[in-house]
Amino acid sequence: MTAHSPATDGRGAALGAFVRANRVMLLIVGTFLVAAYVWYALDATKATSILRFAWTFSIPLVLGALTGVVGERSGIVNIGIEGQMLASAFAGFFTAAATGSVWIGLLAGMLTGLVMGAFLAWVAVKFQMDQIIAGVVLNIVATGVTSFYYVQGKSLPAAMPVFEIPLLSSIPLIGPVFFRGGIIAFFTLLAVAGLAYALFRTRWGLRTRAIGEYPTAADTAGIDVNRMRLVNTTLAGLLAGAAGVYLSMEQTSTFERGMSAGKGFLALAIMIFGAWFPGRALAAALFFGLTAGIASQLQADRVVAIPQQFVNLLPYVLTLVVLAVAAGRVRAPAAEGTPFVKGEGS
Amino acid sequence: MPEVPADGPATTRRPADPTRGGGPLAAVARFQSILIPVLALAVAFGIGAILIRAQGVNPTYAYTSLFQAAWFSSDGILRTLQKATPLILTGLAVAIPLRVGLFNIGAQGQLILGGLASAWVGYRFLDLPGIVLVPFAIAMGMAVGAFWSWIAGVLKAQRNVHEVISTIMLNSIAAGLVDYFIAGPFKEPGQILPRTPEIAEQAMLPDLGIVPVGFPLAVALAALVAWVFARTTLGFRFTTVGENPSAAGYAGMKLGRTITLAMLIAGALAGLGGAIETLGVTHRYESGFNAGLGFDGITIALLARGNPLGTIPAALLVGTLRAGASNLQFETGIQPEVVDMLLAITLLLVSIPILTKLLFRKSAQEPVSSPVSAPATGGLA
Repeated sequence: MTAHSPATDGRGAALGAFVRANRVMLLIVGTFLVAAYVWYALDATKATSILRFAWTFSIPLVLGALTGVVGERSGIVNIGIEGQMLASAFAGFFTAAATGSVWIGLLAGMLTGLVMGAFLAWVAVKFQMDQIIAGVVLNIVATGVTSFYYVQGKSLPAAMPVFEIPLLSSIPLIGPVFFRGGIIAFFTLLAVAGLAYALFRTRWGLRTRAIGEYPTAADTAGIDVNRMRLVNTTLAGLLAGAAGVYLSMEQTSTFERGMSAGKGFLALAIMIFGAWFPGRALAAALFFGLTAGIASQLQADRVVAIPQQFVNLLPYVLTLVVLAVAAGRVRAPAAEGTPFVKGEGS
Repeated sequence: MPEVPADGPATTRRPADPTRGGGPLAAVARFQSILIPVLALAVAFGIGAILIRAQGVNPTYAYTSLFQAAWFSSDGILRTLQKATPLILTGLAVAIPLRVGLFNIGAQGQLILGGLASAWVGYRFLDLPGIVLVPFAIAMGMAVGAFWSWIAGVLKAQRNVHEVISTIMLNSIAAGLVDYFIAGPFKEPGQILPRTPEIAEQAMLPDLGIVPVGFPLAVALAALVAWVFARTTLGFRFTTVGENPSAAGYAGMKLGRTITLAMLIAGALAGLGGAIETLGVTHRYESGFNAGLGFDGITIALLARGNPLGTIPAALLVGTLRAGASNLQFETGIQPEVVDMLLAITLLLVSIPILTKLLFRKSAQEPVSSPVSAPATGGLA
């Protein structure tokens, strides 16, 4: 866990503790930044385009992973993120097309994620249904409903607006990639920072981690475990909803059947790879994105002769490898997937 | 449940069992595992009728044309049974790992790779006689399917990688590999469509009148699995590992090996489903074939509540819907995806204990448990 003991002896000590606790992370980030700028100096266009590819690739994965982080930190396993994304992509796109407003579409998409999150939380908490099965069923339902109601030939009334943060967006390489983009791209950055803060620095975060680690103790301390699990998993649905809207309205401007294409599951792998920390999930997603971006660039430049199909498979293979390596090293919240029944704890 | 001794006196004392004796509600409780899916189906078809009506079509007419297409002609019956055959097998491919507490979402990948492998054998070894070629092609399909699920099994057993994620990833990888092979090394020369050449004539599985030859095989395998579960040491091992892994461990059962074995069998059955589909129906591998056969396996296993014999009626039901869907579109213009939605609603009602709760609210003494014996695996990593 990161160093979040109160910094009694000043800011310097706190910083030192932070550096010590995050040595590996800082080393990776540092190496990455140096490498990126060396590359940028060599070939500015290519470096920028690969980083942009990595970031657009990462956004839905990060949002999905955050959905998972909130759920599992509070003790609910959410396998239905894929379905939440797909249904939200569908609802966002078609609502926008029907009402003529991308904003109403955005809202509809995020609310769809919310409702599905609420459903999952409800069956998990009230009926103590197996959460894995509930999530898979949610995915099947989302696939069934979206493919039945899918109609061809609709289009968005307008493109999603692109924003630019003055000053920050003129930083070379990083500026145009991270500080210029659609509203969900910025929302993702804020969500990572906000959740990292909220989970480890606020009362809500402490309680959330408590009900995911040791619900009986949390219950003794007077926390309503099941109510909090319901609320958290429901609200996390907004993040999955945003991921879905991103797919159909910001990254592309069309909805296709089955367009989530396993991203909800990649997101779960990224959550595990990121050890249930928001910031590390972002780093893990970028790593995935960069690998995919570099591979397809190498293939396009004919540096390596691998078929395009294999390049497309890279994220999935990488997921398996990463899980095989990471699964033994990271520890999931202890009580995830286990229903809490008052008075039956250990 | 204790069996009543056949020759014992009628007054034999039995432990109190709420599902025995008593009024009509108890009778209902006894047949819960059949009643709930049937009820769920009825409700789903009811909701489906409303949705079909909302599209401006008479639901009675729609359902009639669907069932007519599936059952009212010998062609229709053949097609329905052809659809049901791989579905029984993929249903088993989900139901068997469910017994040891694993949720195999990967039947799709295992099936398409099995189908591709048997197609390759079928068109590559044209000179072999049918008596050799058919078993060879089937064995190849099963081996490839088994290998694919074995990866997930080993990842679970050795590295504790959650099988839902790994099998989903393996599905995507399998789909990509198949796309590569049918557009590349295995492509039919001179074809624009990505597909393999047609398999040798002696490799094609015949139809026995209105029954495709794979169907009785699939039914027999379902019965075999049911027997293994109920009557053999292996079945006992599976059940114990699924219900209580730590007790199984203390009893000396090898957890990892059991898990891997269950996945291996599942993959072989899904691969067999793909092989039968290739050898008996499509006679080659082309893209888009068998879309969703593996995913329907999940629906079927859950509809059957993990019971191997239950996969037969469940697969027949899904097969009926799939076989009739194209006619439904032809006659009424309703998209065939209505089937996906009907199944999704059914699945929702079957797997979520709402119906059970409504039915048994008064008599339920203990909390209603999940309908399928839940994988005892808990969390993700």
